[in-house]
Amino acid sequence: MPDSLEQRTEAPLLPQGPPASPPLVPRSAPDERPARRSLLDQVARLESDLSALFVSSWPRQGLGVFVASRGGPRILSLLELEELRDELAHRVDDARLGLSDRTRVEEQHRRRIEQMLLEPEQHKWVRVSNEDIGEPGCKHWHVRPRWGILGMLLNWWRVRISSGCPLAEGQGHRP
Amino acid sequence: MLDPDLERGWVDRELAEEFPALALWLVRVEAGSGRTPDVVRRRLRQLSNRITGGHVIHMRQDPVPWAYRVFWRQIGIDPDTERTPVEQIALDRLRHGGLRSRNLLDDAITIATFETGVPVLALDADRVGSAIGLRLSRNRELLGGAGRPLSVRQIVVADEDDSVALVSGEVDDARGVTRSTQRMVLGAVQVAGVPLISVEEALWTVADTVTVER
Repeated sequence: MPDSLEQRTEAPLLPQGPPASPPLVPRSAPDERPARRSLLDQVARLESDLSALFVSSWPRQGLGVFVASRGGPRILSLLELEELRDELAHRVDDARLGLSDRTRVEEQHRRRIEQMLLEPEQHKWVRVSNEDIGEPGCKHWHVRPRWGILGMLLNWWRVRISSGCPLAEGQGHRP
Repeated sequence: MLDPDLERGWVDRELAEEFPALALWLVRVEAGSGRTPDVVRRRLRQLSNRITGGHVIHMRQDPVPWAYRVFWRQIGIDPDTERTPVEQIALDRLRHGGLRSRNLLDDAITIATFETGVPVLALDADRVGSAIGLRLSRNRELLGGAGRPLSVRQIVVADEDDSVALVSGEVDDARGVTRSTQRMVLGAVQVAGVPLISVEEALWTVADTVTVER
C-alpha cells in the first residue's frame, strides 16, 4: 500500500489542468415528435379508459371523471400534454378506486337484502333502495311488521317491495 | 340527386405532423337555408324518438363519437364541458324532450351529425375564398379577420386570407350562412378513427336535405 501511494504522488501533474474544450452546443433543436406522438396516444388510451369507467358507473353519481380544459382548440405544448396525461391518469385511478369501493358496498347491500328476505325479524325497519345496490329506479326493500302494531307485538315481520317510481302527476289543477 | 363532388381541403404542415389523420372535406352546394319543410321536421321527430338515455350514456364508447371525444381532449378541450356536436345534440334531446326545429340548414346538420357522429359546419360560399383548409392561428389574429381575437396556435378553418371558423365548430358571423345565402360550402373534419365513408355520408346527408327536401 505505501508503494502505491508513493507511485500516485509521483505521477506528473498537469501544469494548467485539463485542456479546456468548448461547451457542446446542439446543432439542431431536439425532435419532440416521438414524445408528442407517444403522449397523444396515451391521452387517447386514458380517455378510452375514462369513458369505459363512466359507462360502467352509470347510474351512480359523483364519480369524478372531469378533467379541466386547456383553452383549446389548439396544439398543446409538450409540458401541457404531460400535465393532461397525468391528470387523466389520476382521474382514471380515482374513478376506478371510487367505483371499486361503491361496488363493494353495493354487494354488501345485496347480501343484506337476501338476509332480510330470509330473516325479516332480524332486520326490523331496515330499508334498502335500488340506489344502494347501484341500479336505476325507485324500487326499495323495507322490513315492516305484518298488520301494523299487532305484528310488532307478535314479532311478525315481512319485507315489502315497492312497485317502483311514483307516476308523474303533471302540472296545475285538473279542469 | 347526384352525389356532390367531395374536395379535400389543405392542412398546414405542422398540424399534419401533429395529427397525421386530420383532414378537412368540403362539398359545395347551390342552396341556402330557410324554413324547415314538414318532411324534414318529421325526420327530426323520428330521430328524436330513437334517442334514449341509455343510448346517450353509451354514445361515448361508439367508435366515431369516441374518436371526436379523443380529438377534443388532444386539442385541449374538455369534452364533458364543451361537448362534441353529436353528444350536444343527444344531451339537448334529453333536456328538451325532443329535437327542436330551427331552420333547414341547422336541422339538416342535426340529422347528419346524429346519424353519422361527424360534425358538419356550413359557410357562405360567396363570403369565403376558394381554397379552404386547416391551419394554426397567427399572432394577434382575429376570427374572420375582424371578429373576436384568437389565442395563438388555435386550430382554425381558414381560406387564403383569414380564419373563418374554429375546428370545434364556431363559425365567424360574417362567413356563416344567412337568409341571403345562395351557395354554401359544407365542411367536415375527419380525425383518427373516423372512416371516410362516415364523413361522406354526413356531408351528403346535409347536401341532400337542403337541396332536395324542400
